[in-house]
Amino acid sequence: MLIRRAPRFTSSDVTDETLYWSRREWIAGATAALALLPSEATAVVPPGPPLQAARNEELSLREPPTKFEAATTYNNFYEFGVNKDDPSRLGHTLRPRPWTIHVDGLVHKPKTFDVDELIHLHPLEERVYGLRCVEAWSMVIPWIGFPLAALLRRVEPTGQAKYVEFTTLVDPSQFPAQRPGFFGFSSLDWPYVEGLRLDEAVHPLTLLTVGMYGQVLPNQNGAPLRVVVPWKYGFKSAKSIVRIRLVADQPKTAWNKAAPQEYGFYSNVNPQVSHPRWSQATERRIGEFRRRPTLMFNGYADQVAHLYAGMDLRKSY
Amino acid sequence: MSRRARLALKAGVWGACLMPLGWLLYRFATDDLTANPISFVTNTLGDWTLRILLASLAMTPLRIVLGLAWPIALRRLLGLFAFFYVCLHFSVWIVLDFFFDWPRMGEDIVKRPYITLGMLGLLSLLPLAVTSTSGWIKRLGARTWTRLHRLAYLAGVLGCFHFLWLAKVGRTDQYWHAAVLALLLGVRLVHAAVRFARKRRRAASTVPA
Repeated sequence: MLIRRAPRFTSSDVTDETLYWSRREWIAGATAALALLPSEATAVVPPGPPLQAARNEELSLREPPTKFEAATTYNNFYEFGVNKDDPSRLGHTLRPRPWTIHVDGLVHKPKTFDVDELIHLHPLEERVYGLRCVEAWSMVIPWIGFPLAALLRRVEPTGQAKYVEFTTLVDPSQFPAQRPGFFGFSSLDWPYVEGLRLDEAVHPLTLLTVGMYGQVLPNQNGAPLRVVVPWKYGFKSAKSIVRIRLVADQPKTAWNKAAPQEYGFYSNVNPQVSHPRWSQATERRIGEFRRRPTLMFNGYADQVAHLYAGMDLRKSY
Repeated sequence: MSRRARLALKAGVWGACLMPLGWLLYRFATDDLTANPISFVTNTLGDWTLRILLASLAMTPLRIVLGLAWPIALRRLLGLFAFFYVCLHFSVWIVLDFFFDWPRMGEDIVKRPYITLGMLGLLSLLPLAVTSTSGWIKRLGARTWTRLHRLAYLAGVLGCFHFLWLAKVGRTDQYWHAAVLALLLGVRLVHAAVRFARKRRRAASTVPA
């Protein structure tokens, strides 16, 4: 039987990339030489430009991060395709610079930012967060960014603003899966729209993210700008954002439109509320062998549970 | 068809059916089973179970449409390979995915319709694998044996629904598999209807005026 215990990670697994790249090169070389599975040789992710930020220890998990290779080759990013390796294989088609982001809607000071300007609005920090996918796997990722609240304060939401809506880029020349397939089939209704309630959006944990693993955010992870909402299932954290709009009504979000009974607007990580087709009680941490129990709000209950006081989380799933 | 050609054909089927397993072993050896190896291996084994099962169900339609006799000689071999892969698929689920967490697996079989269907599909293949020998054909009699082995259609339907039900919104491969099954069953249905009509006509023409 192919049973193999996953090795425990050390910090060197994350930081020492020289070794990792030489190994990938060897594999790529050997594979190319054998002319076997040539596509494997191209699945390598080039290391991005470095991006330094001091770690916010207080808001960081004490757990070892997932391997960089795993976090950049095992992704759900349907704009590139429905398979886990599509984003890393096709990520090069996205052009994250130049990039503008419109921040508007129910605000006193709407503004259009260049992404490089936006990055310098607020000091960047590194935060090690848990990422729990709705498909019952999870990772630990050192993100780099600043609180979304810092940006929202700057545009001054009006009293009517109740929700924040994030819109991902629509451009079939950069996102191959946005071209219609057989019989005009499309996996989701583009653009990908996500949303948060305003109090969720300004929560200190909600991170406007521009990097990870000490690097500029790789394309397959949502370059150049995404949000990270660590107590919600991964799909709530919109990627490659071009518009952040403050609105009065609950936004119509992409997965909720595609399968409303499966993906609710809130989609808080909750081991007690099953997905209609599978249990959410346990998860597989990428790199580990055994399943581990899923924690309420992905382990952030102390910080966020009060946001949902009095709500029936079975109904508001 | 000569004995030698038949042997070569069977050897070819053996080779083809072992390729997915070989490919998985190769990727295991090169540490290339993706970041989520258990899920990848489970899905790959499930995919090939269904494909080989559909291949075994394609043999009779091939005979009907092309009038060839040799596909029938491969039916049992393909069916047994489908059973082989479903056993691997199921073992990976028990050992690697849930690591013998019987209560949780039991709960999933009862609560998750796609797992229920998958289990039923596996169970419907079990008697077919057991009675696949010539000895069993004799013991049961050709007629009973043939009837029993119609369970293969049920296994195909259950397998396709298992896949349809578990697949995420936005994927398409589950529909292709179901479409192939519908085509294969459609050929048999049309064939059976034509035969039935012919029989009736013959019966009618022999009735004295």
